[in-house]
Amino acid sequence: MAMTIHVDIVSAEEHIYSGPAEMVYAPAIMGEVGIAPRHTPLISPLKPGEVRLDLGNGKEEFFFISGGVLEVQPHVVTVLSDTAIRAHDLDEAAAIEAKKRAEEALSDQKSDIDVAKARAEIAAAAAQIAAIQKLKINR
Amino acid sequence: MAGAKEIRTKIKSVQNTSKITKAMEMVAASKMRRAQERMKAARPYAEKIRKVVGHLGSSHPEYKHPFLIERAVKKVGLIVVTTDRGLCGGLNINLFKKALNQLDEWDSQKVELEVVTLGGKGLSFFKRLGAKIVAEASHLGDKPEITDIIGSVQVLLKNYHDGDIDAIYMIGNRFVNTMAQQAEIHKLVPVVPSTDDELKHHWDYIYEPDSKEVLDNLLDRYIESLVYTSVVENVACEMAARMVAMKSATDNAGDLIKELQLIYNKERQAAITQEISEIVSGAAAV
Repeated sequence: MAMTIHVDIVSAEEHIYSGPAEMVYAPAIMGEVGIAPRHTPLISPLKPGEVRLDLGNGKEEFFFISGGVLEVQPHVVTVLSDTAIRAHDLDEAAAIEAKKRAEEALSDQKSDIDVAKARAEIAAAAAQIAAIQKLKINR
Repeated sequence: MAGAKEIRTKIKSVQNTSKITKAMEMVAASKMRRAQERMKAARPYAEKIRKVVGHLGSSHPEYKHPFLIERAVKKVGLIVVTTDRGLCGGLNINLFKKALNQLDEWDSQKVELEVVTLGGKGLSFFKRLGAKIVAEASHLGDKPEITDIIGSVQVLLKNYHDGDIDAIYMIGNRFVNTMAQQAEIHKLVPVVPSTDDELKHHWDYIYEPDSKEVLDNLLDRYIESLVYTSVVENVACEMAARMVAMKSATDNAGDLIKELQLIYNKERQAAITQEISEIVSGAAAV
């Protein structure tokens, strides 16, 4: 059996693959890289594309990723895959969208924080609960 | 027997309520199991990325990312993770209490605040509080996706980059077990590098294309993954809290029905007794 390297492919939402491989090919941002066992530590963003694992005996596994980060340690390769298509302008659009939602929700916003008022409201609610419980016991 | 009829309607309505709470309890129980699985699924990524970021913090790359530099705090950003819907016991209230304590502390230090809310309950609470909400995301559902929260997080990260805010905190519920959820507040930015023993010796990665680009890329994802993990965990907390709250509601409804039944029986007996005594006294008069 040839030398192998452990590969973990994970995304923020799920664990995708874990197992040994003889060779890993990944679409790094500067061009495709091939990682053999005992590769020197490397870290690089990934482009959307295909991660290919050479499992030996002519067997291969393919994973499509929409970008992410590749981390290489001598015996472990980790692919942190994105679940979403990421690009600077897309992120910015999402941010603007989130801001807009907040502004819409807050069209009647006051400027300063009234912590004391909120405290009083919570205290009132707590008192109500206590009173209800007392009533229940006395009944 | 007008009173008896009223009590009967009352019993009926309590029974209906308890059917609803029972159903909600069972739905929450099954959703909780799925939420816990999602929580587990998100863990490897979060752990992995934390390790890498921790390593980057402790190794000494030539470039210091702004997220790794402490600065004097004049204004902070707070990410508040809450549920969208109520009927989940004291889950959100406990979180707000904790948040208010922190807000007090910041207030006394003359630290200003920007809030990002994830979840409808947090939005309405901080809206009433009059806090400055810069972004929000709600109706995330039982299966939140990372795309839903990227935008909101990016708003704060951008403000941090621009120097508007000097630190980012996040408050959310931690899932201890089904019975216990703990509101916790964490500092997200500046990143506190983890100090693992295995990383003591000095070595560094090859950065491709360069450390700046890699770090920019990675740290954004790191923060997002932390927030996402918290959102997923909060769903599990919500379901657990709802399950417990609905169980106690169902139990209470059962007690109430028993009591009402007792009152109803007494009323019925009293009516019968009265009727008999009326007949007897009527017969005696004749």
